[in-house]
Order: sequence, then C-alpha cells, then structure tokens
Amino acid sequence: MAAGSGSEKRVIVIGGGLAGLAASARLAEQGIQVDLFSIAPVKRSHSVCAQGGINACNEVARQQGFSEWAHMDETLYGGDFLADQPPVYEMTHWAPKIIDLLDRMGVPFNRTFEGYRDLRLFGGSLFKRTHFAGATTGQQLLYALDEQVRRAEQDGMVTKYEFWEFLWPVTEEVDGERRCVGMVAQDLRTMQVRAFRAGAVVIATGGCGLVFGKSTNSVSCTGAAAARCYQAGAWYANGEMIQVHPTAIPGADKCRLMSESARGEGGRVWVPRTKGDKRDPRDIPVPERWYFLEEKYPKYGNLVPRDIASREIFDVCVNQGMGIGAENMVYLDLTHKSREELDRKLRGILEIYEKFAGEDPRDVPMKIFPAMHYTMGGLWTTFTPEERTADSVMDRDSNRERVIGMQIDAKNTMSTNIPGLYALGEVNFAYHGATRLGANALLSCIFDGLFAGVGIANYVRDDAPDEEAVSSAPFDAAVKQEEAKVESLRSRAQQGLTDPAVNPYVIAQELGKEMTDASTVVKTGERLEKALNKIQELGERCSRATLADASLWTNQNMAFTRSLSDMVKLAEVILAGGIERRESRGSHFRLDYPDRDDDQFLKTTVAEYDAATGRPKISFREVITPLVKPRARTYGKVEKSSDPAPEPRETVAAEATS
Amino acid sequence: MTSPTPVSQDSAKHELGAERSVYFRIKRCDGPGKATRWERFKVKVTRGEGANVLACLERIAANPVTADGAKTTPVVWDAGCLEEVCGACTMNVNGKVRQACSCLIDTCAPNDGDEVVLEPMQKFPIVRDLWVDRSRMFETLKRVKAWTPIDGLYATGPGPKETPERQQERYIYSTCMTCGCCLEACPQFQQEPDASKWDTSFVGANAIGQVQLFNEHPTAKELAPERLDAMTAAGGVSECGNAQNCVKVCPKEIPLTDAIAAVGRAATIHGIKRFFQGK
Repeated sequence: MAAGSGSEKRVIVIGGGLAGLAASARLAEQGIQVDLFSIAPVKRSHSVCAQGGINACNEVARQQGFSEWAHMDETLYGGDFLADQPPVYEMTHWAPKIIDLLDRMGVPFNRTFEGYRDLRLFGGSLFKRTHFAGATTGQQLLYALDEQVRRAEQDGMVTKYEFWEFLWPVTEEVDGERRCVGMVAQDLRTMQVRAFRAGAVVIATGGCGLVFGKSTNSVSCTGAAAARCYQAGAWYANGEMIQVHPTAIPGADKCRLMSESARGEGGRVWVPRTKGDKRDPRDIPVPERWYFLEEKYPKYGNLVPRDIASREIFDVCVNQGMGIGAENMVYLDLTHKSREELDRKLRGILEIYEKFAGEDPRDVPMKIFPAMHYTMGGLWTTFTPEERTADSVMDRDSNRERVIGMQIDAKNTMSTNIPGLYALGEVNFAYHGATRLGANALLSCIFDGLFAGVGIANYVRDDAPDEEAVSSAPFDAAVKQEEAKVESLRSRAQQGLTDPAVNPYVIAQELGKEMTDASTVVKTGERLEKALNKIQELGERCSRATLADASLWTNQNMAFTRSLSDMVKLAEVILAGGIERRESRGSHFRLDYPDRDDDQFLKTTVAEYDAATGRPKISFREVITPLVKPRARTYGKVEKSSDPAPEPRETVAAEATS
Repeated sequence: MTSPTPVSQDSAKHELGAERSVYFRIKRCDGPGKATRWERFKVKVTRGEGANVLACLERIAANPVTADGAKTTPVVWDAGCLEEVCGACTMNVNGKVRQACSCLIDTCAPNDGDEVVLEPMQKFPIVRDLWVDRSRMFETLKRVKAWTPIDGLYATGPGPKETPERQQERYIYSTCMTCGCCLEACPQFQQEPDASKWDTSFVGANAIGQVQLFNEHPTAKELAPERLDAMTAAGGVSECGNAQNCVKVCPKEIPLTDAIAAVGRAATIHGIKRFFQGK
C-alpha cells in the first residue's frame, strides 16, 4: 500500500543537491507539500564540490558592454549550438535575480573594498561575470538552499527521507494518458522497499561520473536514477556529451581537479622517454624527458587549449602507452620554479595537491590526467516557448525586436516525455549543449529548481490525477518488481572472494576503464562499437553478479550491485549516441568525423528504451534555434593556426578555480 | 597502534610503483544493539598511487576475506565527495577523528606491514560498522534557527552590503560541513539515543559556530534573540567545559572557541535583558 495522505497534493523530489533543494524551496513556497528523498543527508550532496563560481550579468560588466543576451550567446557558443535556445535565454536572463536572491540568503560572496560583490574572470568570456564565495562556491550555495529548506521543514512543508534510494517511477494510464503518479524507494538502513504516491515526481539526481569509473564526481553520481527512468520509458538525450577536464589529479578512489593556472604559471608537461621508466622523476635527467606538448606545439607549448591538451595527453598514455610507469598519467612539473614564487601565485591549488597526493608539488612533479567531469546530456525535457518584446538593456546586442524565452507558469517546464515526471539540474540535458562553460552549472541547477517549481506546482494543483483515480495496482506491481530484484540479488550472495567474472567491483572497474578508454577524449566508430560489445558482456555478467553480503540491514553491497546494472544501461545509451553522431561537436570528438556537420547533426540525440530488446533506439530531434544562428566555434581553430596568438594571461589566471 | 608519521625524505624516495601491504584493524558491528567485533584485513597498496583509507575499504569490499583467510562481509562505511568538503566519511583513524578521504596510506602507514585502526564515531548511534547516524546534528540546526529569514524566493533586490573583513569572518564559519569531529572530541557532548532529549542536551561547538555565523548577518540577526534563548536554555553554551578539543580537531580550522566565547558573552547579556524584561 502506498503512502500519501488525503487529498493534499504532494510532490516527490529525488535528490537534494542545488536543483532538488531549489525546487523543494520553491514548491513549499507555493504551498505544495514536498517529500524530499536523498541517498545521503542533503547537505552532503555533490554540489558541494563546485569551486569556481556562478555566472551572471552584473552592473559592472554591463557598463563594459556585457548583457544577459551576451551571457546567453557565450553559453550557446560554448555548447557548440546543441542546446535549445529559449531555456538558455531564460536562464541567463534570470541569472542576476538569482545572485540577488542568494545574496539575501546570506551566501558569503567575496566582497570588494566598498562591500559590493566581487567578480572574477572565467573561461569563455571577456567580461568579469563570475560571482564566488572563497574556493567553495558550490558548498556555500548548497548550504544557503539547505538552510531555506530546513526552514520549510520546520514549518511542516517539507518532509525529508534521507538514506532512501529511488528505485522506480510508478506510472499509470489516467484518462488515456500515461502519467507518473509516484515512485518506489528503498530505505538503505532497514532495506524496506516501499511505494510513495505524489502528484508529480521530480528527478534531481545529478550526473553519471561513476559510469566512467574514476571521475571528479562524488560516489553518489552513478546515473542510476536517470537510467531507471530511461528503462521506465523516459527519453535520454545527448548521452554522448560528457565533459572531460584536462588536468585532474588521478587518485586511487577518484580524480580531483588541478587548475589550469599551474600551466599558466610555467608548469611543464612531460613523460619519461623510456616506456615504463620507474625511476623517481627527479632522478630522470632532462634529455631523458619527453616534453611532448612543447615538442608538438613549439610556439604554444604547454599552454595549448584544453581540448588539445586533453587529446595529446590521452594519445601519449592510451594509444602510445607512454604514461608514467605505463599508467594513464603524465607529469605536470613546477619544480623549476622558486618556492617563494609558487606560494605567492598558486598556494591554494598546490595545497590541494599536497593534501590528496601526499607529495609537495614544489619538490616533486605532479601527476595528472584528464578526467570525466560533467554530464551535459541527460533526461530529455521540454518547455513552453514564450515570445516577448526584446529588452533594450538586457538584449541590447541582439539587434532584435522580439525574443523567445520560456513561459514561467507552464506546466510542462522541464517535464520528461512522461507527464508528471520532471528532471531538473545536471540530470536533464537542457542548458549546456555539447559542452558546458565554467561556472554555468551552479546557475543552471538553481534556475531549474526556482523556475520549473512554479509550473510543477500548477501541474499538481490542476492536472495531476486525484488519488482516488489511481488504484494501488501500479504501486503494488512496482514494489513487487523491486522486491524481486532484491531477492534475486540476495539469492546469489556468498561470503568471501568471488570469481572476478561475477564480482560487482571487478565489473564496475572494467566498465569504468572501457568507457574512459572508448568514449571520453577521442572517439572512433570502431572503438565505440567494440565498447558496445564489451558493455553487452558486462551487462550479462552483471545479471549473474554475486554479492558478498545477504543481510537485510544496511546492505551497501546490494545497493552498489543494483546500481551497476543500471549504469551499464546508461553506458549503452552513451555509446549508442556516440556511434550515431557521425560528427565532432563540443566535447564529442570523432577522429573519423573531425568536423561539425550542422546539416545532419544540429540535432538532439534521443535514446528510447526498447523493452523487447533491452537496447536503446536512437533518433534525432531538431534543435530549437530561434535566437542565434549557429556559427563556427573557433576558439580552437585560431589557436591551432601556424602562428597562434598567446592565450590572454587574465583568462588563464581566471581559470585557477575552475 | 601506529601513530601518524610524516613521510620522510627516505620513504618518499622509495621506488615508484613499489607494492606493499598494510593491515586494517576494523571495529565491526552488524547493526544497532549487535555485538562489536574486530576484524583484520591485509590490503595491497602501491607507493605513490595516492591510496587513502577509503580506497583500501573499497579493496576490502571487492575481496572480503580477513588476514587470517576467513570469509566475511564487506565493511560498511559512509562516503560522499572524497575531497574533504562534504563531511560524510568522518571516522576514527588510529584513534583520531577525521575524514577518511584525506587520510593517505603513504602518510598514516608509511611502511610495509604497518597497521591502521578504524573505528566508528562514538558519539552517534551506530548504523553498521563504520557508519553512524548523525541526524541529531541536522536537528540541532533547527534548534538554533541556522537560516536567514528572507521574505521569499522572488527577486526583490540585492542583499545587504558587507565589508570584506566581515565576509571572511562569516565565510570560515560557513565552511562547517556538519561532520561532527568537534562533537566526537568534546568531553561535554554525549551520545543521546532518546531524540526527545536532544533539544535539552548540549548543542556542541558546530551549532554554536552557526549561531555566531547567523547572528553576524544583518538580516539573519533578526532571529538572534531566539538563538540566544536556545543558548541560555538547558544544553546551551554555558555547558561548554572549555576543553578546547573542538578547535584542535576541526578539519576546516574554524575558530570554534572564538565563537563559543562570543556567543557566551552575547548569551550572558541576553539573559540579563530577559531577566529585566521578566521573561
């Protein structure tokens, strides 16, 4: 029997990061009861990891010629024009209002001498438009929203279900249309599986870094929730669009970001000339070191742009096997600089390296490698366009009289293809196209929650079926389905070491390695096809995976193995999209199709789950581009020319916290 | 027990990629009310790979066999960001409370055969093995009204101006990740299984830090009288015994004793005011 009380309209929000918290606060403000589910206390959500800042037009930048329209243009251009434009228009035009709101909540934004909000320069812009709170902006924004949701909890509007895992959306045909009417979740302590009714369900569960093994993401970022919605019929869009950050610190457990400013301040990238050289780097004389970026790009040297740096490092390690100790790592060396200078310019980031790598980068070269960082693709969502008169200030560079944004009270804002099932934040595909600009992630998550929350409240008030109209049958069936999964996993439990073929941790490692090798920095059709075969094999092994713990109390082993099967499904979507997109665009670089092809692929990739085969069906939908005509994305091309202009110093320094 | 030893020049110069073994002695418990037991595991690590305590727990999960060859279940633990910014993986490592993610094996167990002892936090109810239930900490944030009472979520203009000095002061308090290190180390803070007694038990240093944070904000300080009511009531700031352990174990180096002093003074003044108001 599903929980849910009386005639009161409720919304279930799954995920307590920035998007989930912003939506919860907005819904509560609209008088809607919220049941907030999270696998961890919401204050520990992955949003805390964002460091750099949050973009918005501001009065200083405006006086220098910047505008909301310009912020939108940068975002679309950065994303290589793959994003539908009205949502990006609306987000960038709301951005200054969101900064003001966060400011009123008490976020300790860095301040100027006079006490105004300070700004920093960030990649992808010539204007200072990034607001920041120390080096932990994401943490500070999350805490501010966490506090407002706690206030709503105190007022009785929000009920938290922490340490609960979302397992399956419950849908039912009502008046001839299939709608989401609740979901099934499991308490990760008692392992109780239970259904919950709601007028609408909001998925705000973030990205899928763990599909790639080690990424910059938190341990909760499996993508399993999105994969479950996909298997229940929700479309998944632009799965192949995964952002890889060129310089991360490979760890035994995850990869942590190392800022590009290390190269800006003279850091040199190299590997030993001898394959598999195991000597201490300090004992390797200079002639025996291969400064491959300096050698291949004599003018630009170590300051080649991010995508080139990522591809070259990847090539040296993965294709040539020349990484340090034959591993996927290269040196980023600052030891030729004086300690005094390093401390003056780079102290903060060097301390991060020191803490997690356990070595002082002033004495020993750092070891870095590109790492999966952000999921641009995600659950497909829609919106209602709204045409308005252009604003003379906000849209002054547009040369247009009419503009198109999103209608604020529309009930379909960020709805998936299943009415009543919404997707907000990193888990949807809506704002970042083929790659994301730095400091736009925090904005998109908060905007999604605040903006879409209004329409979701309207939907549950007006359109969501009454509880009496939905029988308990679909809830009972979904609980039965999930209990069967639990029993199937438990029936295969045996203590101790298992055969690697069916050991879930071994399967997860193989999945991460295959996805990282085949589908991150450089892709080819052939390699993606090979990976797809490997994923089939992993999926088959997953169905036989053996647990080492059969208990029905806080069984992390079971939750991990169940998520793994869903991660395999998402990996298939990512690979299938990459195979079908025979072009290069943004983060998606196909060696066999190196150019962007707007005629064929200025389109959203849509993966639909085929229940009969268990495989994704890929189709394409037109990108909605009424505002800006797609133009060539030339950042890289200028820099690749025979006489590249040096990267502006300011820009490099500005990326220090990205 | 091995005490944390800094990496010496010698050990840092060990050949890269050298494989060695470390032992983990882990205090295990299958659930609330269940008996505790110790299990010892042997884990292979590679020098220079950056393995931390959590990476070793993952290796144990993949191969749950004790050092004596007995089959067992994977150890249960709590983790999140792995970057010491979410607070989830707090536990006692070699007798000291800290985040396990930032505890590197090459530092805390530098030699072949060294042992690392892992125990759950003692001041919170056990869930299983190294995982404890810290929901009391989040409840306490309600007790001290750790929020800014804004009008609503629509834009009405910017927040109050703030000097860079004041921002820096507030920022450091605002980096508190509710990890509980300060409570684990505090002699005044005790485990309280009865949730109905939480509101009258000692609040602890982190909550006092939050009182200071919000009482310093121009809008949030409107609730200062209510926060100071909580601070003068049973379990308030006066129950601090001044051991100063909190500030020593705080991973974010938050000046918790400064907050305790400032809130203590404000609470005293507030108490006198309330006395003369006859409330």
